[in-house]
Amino acid sequence: MSDRFDLVIIGAGPGGYVAAIRAAQLGLSVAVVERERLGGICLNWGCIPTKALLRAAEVKHALAHAEDFGLTAGAVGVDLPAVVARSRRVADQLHAGVRHLLARNRVTVIEGEAVLEDAGVVRAGDRRLFGRDVILATGARARELAHLRADGSRIWTYRHALVPEVLPSRLLVIGAGAIGVEFASFYADLGAEVMLAEMEDRILPAEDEEISAFLTGCFARRGIIVRTGVRVEALAADAAGVTATIAGEEVRVSHAIIAIGIAPNSAGLGLEALGVALDRGHVRTDPFGRTNVAGLWAIGDVTGPPWLAHKASHEGIIAAEAIAGLSGVHSLARDGIPSCVYARPQVASVGLSEAAARAAGHAVRIGRFPLVGNGKAIALGEPEGLVKTVFDAETGALLGAHMAGPEVTEMIQGFVIARQCEATEAELMAAVFPHPTVSEAMHESVLDAFGRVLHR
Amino acid sequence: MPIDVTMPALSPTMEKGTLARWLVRPGDQVRAGDVIAEIETDKATMEVEAAEDGEVLELLVPEGTEEVPVNAVIARLRGAGEAGAPAGDQPPGEAPRAPPAGRDGAEAPPPAAGAARAEPAPGKGAAPSPQEIPAASPAAGLHALLAAPARQETGAPGQPPARRPASPLARRLARLRGVDLTALRGTGPHGRIVAADVEAAARAHASSAPAGIRKEAVEAAPPSPVALEAGPPEIGPPFETVRLSTMRKTIARRLTESKATVPHYYLRIDVRLDALMALRSELNRVLEGRGIRISVNDMLVKALAAALLRVPDANASFAGDHIRRYGRADISVAVAVPGGLVTPVVRDAAAKPLSVIATEMRDLVQRAREGKLRPEDYQGGTASLSNLGMYGIRDFAAVINPPEGMILAVGAAEKRPVVADDAVAVAHMMTATGSFDHRAIDGAVGAELMAAFREIVEAPLVMLA
Repeated sequence: MSDRFDLVIIGAGPGGYVAAIRAAQLGLSVAVVERERLGGICLNWGCIPTKALLRAAEVKHALAHAEDFGLTAGAVGVDLPAVVARSRRVADQLHAGVRHLLARNRVTVIEGEAVLEDAGVVRAGDRRLFGRDVILATGARARELAHLRADGSRIWTYRHALVPEVLPSRLLVIGAGAIGVEFASFYADLGAEVMLAEMEDRILPAEDEEISAFLTGCFARRGIIVRTGVRVEALAADAAGVTATIAGEEVRVSHAIIAIGIAPNSAGLGLEALGVALDRGHVRTDPFGRTNVAGLWAIGDVTGPPWLAHKASHEGIIAAEAIAGLSGVHSLARDGIPSCVYARPQVASVGLSEAAARAAGHAVRIGRFPLVGNGKAIALGEPEGLVKTVFDAETGALLGAHMAGPEVTEMIQGFVIARQCEATEAELMAAVFPHPTVSEAMHESVLDAFGRVLHR
Repeated sequence: MPIDVTMPALSPTMEKGTLARWLVRPGDQVRAGDVIAEIETDKATMEVEAAEDGEVLELLVPEGTEEVPVNAVIARLRGAGEAGAPAGDQPPGEAPRAPPAGRDGAEAPPPAAGAARAEPAPGKGAAPSPQEIPAASPAAGLHALLAAPARQETGAPGQPPARRPASPLARRLARLRGVDLTALRGTGPHGRIVAADVEAAARAHASSAPAGIRKEAVEAAPPSPVALEAGPPEIGPPFETVRLSTMRKTIARRLTESKATVPHYYLRIDVRLDALMALRSELNRVLEGRGIRISVNDMLVKALAAALLRVPDANASFAGDHIRRYGRADISVAVAVPGGLVTPVVRDAAAKPLSVIATEMRDLVQRAREGKLRPEDYQGGTASLSNLGMYGIRDFAAVINPPEGMILAVGAAEKRPVVADDAVAVAHMMTATGSFDHRAIDGAVGAELMAAFREIVEAPLVMLA
């Protein structure tokens, strides 16, 4: 088999494998090198298996509230190994799917650790691959600090938290970004006593402030202790549990999860020797993924935030198309990348928060619609939620949309498409939203921004 | 009621003129201030602007018609929003017509429904004959295709329908910022105009228009094949879209026309400047008390004019079915200004004393830089002079400024070794390159002019005689 390819991709996560498929579709010969499992973190240790776990928590929650619907379910038990096993099965199924997709697109898959020996030369185990172009899609890993290190038994990263052998009785989640919030929600639903500690002054600091406050209220009602503006100064595990020092005060828990962000996988790849420009470990690229080294590209988490699978996939497609010389390739509009958090309730957003819009100098019109006014949400028994819209007062441009509530992660794409098509409030008002759906709250939020709300 | 467009009087004395060129054709949408035709008088070519928004109904005077009397009706427009516009084109209840817009399109009110302007038709610049049936032309067909979906796309009442595919936000921004969508190139999918295109145009608009230059959106330049094919690079270095000023469009149109239609040839000659420089020093000493300083360039203006009078066959321009031989040498002098260049004219330069030329040039250059030239200041030269000597350029060939028959390009005055009396000596030399329109001026005549120019420059006292 020839070891010369048009394109060699290092990493087969949602950035790398999608780039490989797209490049193959465009007629390039492609090899992808993966050191662990096809599908990367997203599919094996991130998005997908966590959603499988969260689904279990959701079903448990529904069963526990069966009597609200006039049903009798009895006591609901948790068979933790079975819950984890289902999550792994889901991941395995998708992993096999990626292998199949790559094979069908005649992408050569090479297992092993890759090192760049030179521009266009990738050493993978004992093989040496020559790529006219090379894409780095090596992703990122959980960030740890000197005083916050996982041991895998009582102090976990997301990776351990995905495959628990025991259910923590008292859990400290350090970091209230998307990962921390999701695990806090999940373990609370399974019955753990959960404390969520965040250094910033609010949870989900990347989201709109009102959404953070809304979710904080929901968590408080569920008994999750939320502490913001605090540092976890020390973390020590012993045989019986974990002692954490939070703002000078000792807190005793059974387990802790470190979710303080992620760090790019850019070391040990031979980037320094090639003179690849890095920015605090992240590979620097132009909007199409080009690094400063000719023929070397980078996409996804290794290039910096937002650390999202769909951002990596999009960047992979853009880079593949640029490499194939396709005309009409557009760079990714960063402010059009939606964010989704799968807590209960879910959180989803796109574009600017109200504060960011004001800081950018926009005169804004804000629309709000709480789900208590939405028939479908009430029928679902999940009337906790909010749809907030941010418009430019002058132009009617939809600057941002922020939602919390049931299945808002499925609904956000309505606003994503509206932004992509550059709809103004006029188009959004004129669009017909089906009844009865939770999405009607999106319409109402738009109407509210312009003083025309109907059901409030 | 259709609006009559009449033959304008370009000067108080003008009685008739030649309709040189139509820049629109029936069916085109025009806005107040759009250039719709070029009129020629004996002195000048001038642009005729539409006074009001509307659609071109008919062109009554064919291109090239001479002796069209002032105030004769040359075309008819249908006013914006008037009956006769396709049904549904105009939301009911909307004001029938925007008031006549000022010259500054940016401040013009949003165009009413009928006023959306046509995209510049491919080939429009290539002298379309008015007899052409518009519906049969590919351009008109394209307009129809573009127009139909655009009208349906307009969801909300009060939004002007555009003939170009544009996002709702782009359309609204265009209205708010006074940007003409029809002049933009869309960078969205399928060439759709997106908000960023409008914002870029608005920014370029704000920053590039020189003072005094009308900031409106006429696409007067004929779309050159290059411009059509190249488009914005989708991949490549970051770039900024700079909106074309009227001046830039005029430069693009006239010089493209010149290079594409005028058969240029070039004659180059080295001229010794020592005598001229000595004379200049002497004159400036004399004139010091009057606050006048004569430049080398002023003297070259006069020398060129004198040479043209000496070789009258070279003081001519090609005018289609005849050659116009001028009885006077009016020299257009190229002056670089922010955002382009203009060519103010020194009239009858051969007859004027150098001190007068120096004073006039100083005034013209200053007003050119301030954008305060009047049309009569820059229209109707018989030949041009372009000087890049101050940049250290040794020699170059310039593009003829139609309808003139020649342009003289002069380089830097510099010391060069020359052979004089079989010995090498050092002399102040300058290289001058004449570009000639072969249709009006043959090579031998051009060579005669260049020789006469050299003779006058090398023996400059003749200019004072």
